Amino acid sequence: MIIRFRLNGEDVTARVEHPASLLDVLRDQLGAPGSKNACEQGECGSCSVLLDGELVCSCLVLAADVEGSEVTTVEGVATEGELHPVQEAMNRAGAVQCGFCTPGIVVAAVDLFERNPHPSSHEIKEALAGNICRCTGYGAIVRAFEELAGREVR
Amino acid sequence: MEIIHPNGLDEALVAVADGMTPLAGGTDLMVEVNYGHQRPERVVALRRLDDIADFHPTRIGAGVRWRRIEREGPRALAQAARTVGSPQIRNAGTIGGNVATASPAGDGLPFLAAVDASIELASSSGRRLLPWDEYFVGVKKTARRTDELVTAILLPDELPERQEFAKVGVRNAMVISTVCCVVTRRDDGTTTVALGSVAPTPMRARRAEAMISTESSPTEAALAEFARLVSEEVTPISDHRSTEAYRRHAAGVLARRLLERCLRREAA
Repeated sequence: MIIRFRLNGEDVTARVEHPASLLDVLRDQLGAPGSKNACEQGECGSCSVLLDGELVCSCLVLAADVEGSEVTTVEGVATEGELHPVQEAMNRAGAVQCGFCTPGIVVAAVDLFERNPHPSSHEIKEALAGNICRCTGYGAIVRAFEELAGREVR
Repeated sequence: MEIIHPNGLDEALVAVADGMTPLAGGTDLMVEVNYGHQRPERVVALRRLDDIADFHPTRIGAGVRWRRIEREGPRALAQAARTVGSPQIRNAGTIGGNVATASPAGDGLPFLAAVDASIELASSSGRRLLPWDEYFVGVKKTARRTDELVTAILLPDELPERQEFAKVGVRNAMVISTVCCVVTRRDDGTTTVALGSVAPTPMRARRAEAMISTESSPTEAALAEFARLVSEEVTPISDHRSTEAYRRHAAGVLARRLLERCLRREAA
């Protein structure tokens, strides 16, 4: 079957012949490998995307179920060649080690700052509770978003 | 691969009767799919079915997601909701999914047992209501027929004045319960204790309840006896997550701690 949905603001189609996940379709068919495949059971958050505006693990979304939905991946958070403030903040803080968890953390943080422009440290940690950094680089990641939370709204 | 996005509940029920696999938040089913344990080729998608996403004080639609319950649910159920998975999981997973999967570790289930909730099941031939203890029959086994969908959770009109949930696990986020527990206490002292992950289904510790319900202000000895009875009544197993002995011990500690929280709120 053919599915149609909006990916990062563009209409896309994909062919799904078996119960593939949205993550598989993004990576294998739609040229959007930013969302990473790690645990395939929703425990690591490295495949985080926004589905109809809500943060979810794309490995737990049946691709066929996104027909007519709106999906935003890490590829879609920067606009017109400008990094998203969340990405800038991670840059400033050096909040990247091996980088594998980074796309999921960017998407989770974009979702957080969208809902709450000035989160507390506790709220930042709660919002990132579903994203595992295997390098344990949480210190710089949290500091990046604490600094962003303290800035005046862009 | 075939998928139906039903326009209403009736259409969904026809699809279920026709053998299609119901898919709600996907947080259980897709793990099975990703690990090759299930390969549903015909799916009825419930994620956007508003007919089962209603939310009232005495009725929670099966499609209501944890994200909403953690904000709007009754106290102990909201506390349980906050411990489900992660933000990503709570945005997708539903209470109906928790009930339909019927894992012994389902974090929402002890609350249903503690307040004597009923499960609403619907099929093309009608609806029926089952009390929680008739609905849950074993590890991931329920009384739901294959042509039925879980459509709602029904709660009593008057919930207990005090209710507390907590769980034991190896970390704060993204953790499956080693033991989870709800204690409720009414103004007249009536107390219920429900536990998860310590039996094939959610369970009540009835002897502990009967003993403590007659104590208007429990002494240290009464609290200790209460914990001992809870530990005695649970029937846990040893598995990769914990041992029988630890679960038995933790069940008593947890129940007592939650009872004490109820009593402190009673005093306040």
